[in-house]
Amino acid sequence: MSELIRKDASVLAGLVSSGEVSAVEVAQAHLDRIAVVDGDVHAFLHVDTEGALASAAAVDAKVKAGEKLSVLAGVPLGLKDILATNGLPTTCGSRVLDGWIPPYDATVVTKLREAGVVILGKTNMDEFAMGSSTEHSAFGPTHNPWDLERIPGGSGGGSSACVASFEAPLAIGTDTGGSIRQPAAVTGSVGVKPTYGGVSRYGIVALASSLDQAGPCARNVLDTALLHSVIAGHDPMDATSINAPVPDVIAAAKRADIKGMKVGIVKELGGEGYQAGVRTRFEESVALIESLGAEVVEVSCPSFPAALAAYYLILPSEASSNLAKFDGIRFGNRVGDDGTKSVEQVMSETRAAGFGSEVIRRIILGTYALSAGYYDAYYGQAQKVRTLIKQDFDAAFAKVDVLISPTAPTTAFKIGEKLDDPLAMYLNDVATIPVNMAGLPGMSLPIGLAPEDNLPVGLQIIAPAMADDRLYNVGAAIERELLAKWGGPILGMAPELAGA
Amino acid sequence: MAEATMNYDEAISKFDPVLGLEVHVELGTNTKMFCGCSTVFGAPPNTQVCPVCLGLPGALPTLNKIGVESAIRIGLALNCEIAEWCRFARKNYFYPDMPKNFQTSQYDEPIAFEGYLDVEIDTDEGRKTFRVPIERAHMEEDTGKNSHVGGATGRIHGADYSLVDYNRAGIPLIEIVTKPITGTGKYAPEVAKAYVAALRDILRGLGVSDVKMEQGSLRCDVNLSLRETPESKLGTRSETKNVNSLRSVERAVRYEVTRHAARLAAGDSVVQETRHWHEDTGISTSGRAKSDAEDYRYFPEPDLLPIAPSREWVEELRAALPENPAVRRARLVADWGLSEIDMNTVVNSGALDLIVEAVDAGVEPAAARKWWTGELSRIANDRGIELEELPVTPAHLKRLEELISAGSLNDKLARQALEGVIAGEGDIDAIVAARGLAVVSDDGPLLAAIDEALAADPAVAETIKSGKLAAAGSVVGAVMKATRGQADAARVRELLFEKLGVSE
Amino acid sequence: MSGISQEDVAHLANLARINIPTDELGHYAKQLDAILNAVAEVSSLDTANVVAMSHPVPMTNVFREDIPGVSLTAEQALSGAPAVEDERFRVPRILDEE
Repeated sequence: MSELIRKDASVLAGLVSSGEVSAVEVAQAHLDRIAVVDGDVHAFLHVDTEGALASAAAVDAKVKAGEKLSVLAGVPLGLKDILATNGLPTTCGSRVLDGWIPPYDATVVTKLREAGVVILGKTNMDEFAMGSSTEHSAFGPTHNPWDLERIPGGSGGGSSACVASFEAPLAIGTDTGGSIRQPAAVTGSVGVKPTYGGVSRYGIVALASSLDQAGPCARNVLDTALLHSVIAGHDPMDATSINAPVPDVIAAAKRADIKGMKVGIVKELGGEGYQAGVRTRFEESVALIESLGAEVVEVSCPSFPAALAAYYLILPSEASSNLAKFDGIRFGNRVGDDGTKSVEQVMSETRAAGFGSEVIRRIILGTYALSAGYYDAYYGQAQKVRTLIKQDFDAAFAKVDVLISPTAPTTAFKIGEKLDDPLAMYLNDVATIPVNMAGLPGMSLPIGLAPEDNLPVGLQIIAPAMADDRLYNVGAAIERELLAKWGGPILGMAPELAGA
Repeated sequence: MAEATMNYDEAISKFDPVLGLEVHVELGTNTKMFCGCSTVFGAPPNTQVCPVCLGLPGALPTLNKIGVESAIRIGLALNCEIAEWCRFARKNYFYPDMPKNFQTSQYDEPIAFEGYLDVEIDTDEGRKTFRVPIERAHMEEDTGKNSHVGGATGRIHGADYSLVDYNRAGIPLIEIVTKPITGTGKYAPEVAKAYVAALRDILRGLGVSDVKMEQGSLRCDVNLSLRETPESKLGTRSETKNVNSLRSVERAVRYEVTRHAARLAAGDSVVQETRHWHEDTGISTSGRAKSDAEDYRYFPEPDLLPIAPSREWVEELRAALPENPAVRRARLVADWGLSEIDMNTVVNSGALDLIVEAVDAGVEPAAARKWWTGELSRIANDRGIELEELPVTPAHLKRLEELISAGSLNDKLARQALEGVIAGEGDIDAIVAARGLAVVSDDGPLLAAIDEALAADPAVAETIKSGKLAAAGSVVGAVMKATRGQADAARVRELLFEKLGVSE
Repeated sequence: MSGISQEDVAHLANLARINIPTDELGHYAKQLDAILNAVAEVSSLDTANVVAMSHPVPMTNVFREDIPGVSLTAEQALSGAPAVEDERFRVPRILDEE
């Protein structure tokens, strides 16, 4: 039954709905896999064995009763621990929420449950999604299945590592500046950040409200599309969610035809500062895209070099406000309440004890940027830069249908390598950040291994707002060619995880 | 410890007061401002909460349409401009009754701004109108409620710990802020009181809130500063909270004038601070000084989209506004030919709307007034109910007056008919028929009853003939009794005097 | 750009209600200073005629009808509370009056 863990989500769904394999068998196979490898990978913070098997059994009952099932019924999934799950712990990778059990489900979780998706558990992440390596989790880092001494990317390293290590065929991540796409790139998996507003944020613990978006992670484009279609859609509980039909991403993934398309390379993303092997694989992709009948041109987005700076003003500012609720009063761990201290003191001790240093750093930075006298120069100015970034994208999309760039400047670096240098860490997101700033959809697709270290490289595809389907069309077209070239998915080239 | 104060008249002679009033209105919407929790008063603690108003991680706000509509209507009633585009903003500070540790409010983009309210006060020169300039009205949310345990007074100071109920958190509030109110001179307290009273009337008329100051659905903060002359620049102001009645508004302003004056005259400066009003002792005391001036770090609320009320919607709402209460009262005083005192009686009895209703249906204003402020008020008071609860309609009063004019009912009989209406016996005609209520219009029975009454009291005839006409009252009374009130008392009196050969 | 001092960090930490140990203030100040220098780059762009982005989604007037929905029970509401008394959240004594 261990071959079950190697199968695509679409295949598993078919096996379950036809009754050929039970959902319980599928779930158990993945739970067994977790038991074997997660000691090394540490993708999961919490595994809900009982709940998963119960969900699977419920799907099997439906199959027996001949009821109509969703496209992903019975397929196992890992959920980034930033989504509220009723009855299941939700820590956001932070000590301040250790032990918190939400009394409600995020809308995405409700949709997954209704679709019969089997939630295996909650995956690891940088604390409150602040990071690019998952090293800032209060509960220890996740390890990249390609090389356990390396980072799996962040903040959603757990979700990408979970699919890359075959612990689940699907995962949900969230992406504020690249936290789905960059881990996908460094783990050789697929990750998509939908158009801002395309997926409900209700129940997703907020980092930067104007940038956050939940999205699908999987090992191939079609599976990603299936998951995207299940979680996307308007939600009356989220005022910022788009009230329009979800683009037909599944059809696009099946179409996989880019003949006659115009593809733009963003001059400012890629080039200097990017690892040689990353650039090599990227240039190969460009050639491949041209061979498929698309026209590739260069476009310039002059405001993009300022995107990182603007992002690291907007995110900390919004986060400093979003994280104010973690004070030990209504939920979470309260520290220092010995009966003598004031509430102000207890709040301060609770937060100092509960937050890690990266979180504290960003809260202080955000508090500063919003301070009286500094607002215009910092937060106010950064929001203007955002407008410039959007304008650059709009101008580019007037000329081309999609934009491409390398997803990340480097392959997976070693655990501990960049931990002492916050600025060096921030640079991991230099290519992904502009996409969040403009609220556009973006995908990372594996395009090979860097020759110098044999580690995965990702291609970023960017589409105009609400044109998420274009990502899947282009991604699937490229993927098909690469599968043919490699003789199979790239994750087949990953080292075997022996397990503890 | 009470602070020094200066005599009010002396203070006013030396200084010029400048007022600022901030009023918070709790809207009477069905649900909270940013979530669907019920707002019904008095529910058990923490039963009207949800992830949103409890500030749980991951929850998001959704905007109550009636909250927005009410804000616009209030702005229009206060002669404000309505923003074409505005947003909510986060006001960031930590406090246990604030679930998110920020309040979703409006900062530099209020939904209504630049308005005014005319109020009337009594001055030495008679009734004067004063225009209070309004800076803005904006939307925000209420906080939860803290109760303090331990400590003597149940207040914060000396408490051991506190308990928080979030039922109130998220209930819609509209904050109305005046510009500095200048030129009131010694009438500052009266202007302040009149403003809050007028505002309360308007809000009640709009139906957006039950505006009960004593219950907290209308809250007033009083700001006051003094300056040497009206040409001087503004002085340091103090803010006084816990002003829970109209009387307190007036007293708090007066007190702060006397307190500021004493300080300034002694060469001390006024401390810019928030103070707490004590209605029982008639003084304000200093709130705990804040160690750090609070920097609220306002920024636009990213979880809510901008509000851009179309001009069509605004005009629709404007057209449907009820008449400004003060304007309406002035109009009615003129229409009905009432005195100010009479109108005050009407307003105080709570009968104004009922009288207007009756007048609109064709009842004479004087008659409508007579019934509603007279007999019906008495009945309602006796029963401990509101006037509106009496099942008396304009149609009833109209019919009653018709019968009285025609002479078939007198006042006393009419009252009996109303009793019948209230007892649910049917309409006026049905009751009159069933109870046999009719003025005896035939002189015959009246004369017979007069004879009987005189026979029963032989001496009274002589008393009347000797000039003591008042004695006729006992005869009339006896006749009324004998006829079960159905005699026309005036006619009885006429017949009696005719019979005795006496003239009035 | 003016640097960020230890005192600044202490003041900000107070505003943010985080009790940063005194011996860590200097370390945070240094790191934040470096980050601020990097992000100060935003002011080099000419934004004189640029309107700040309000929301990535260009929508307005998203309203909810004033109809009651589902609330939590008190038990659910209090389920995560560190301290409960009388169906309310129990908190240590409050110094500042609001």
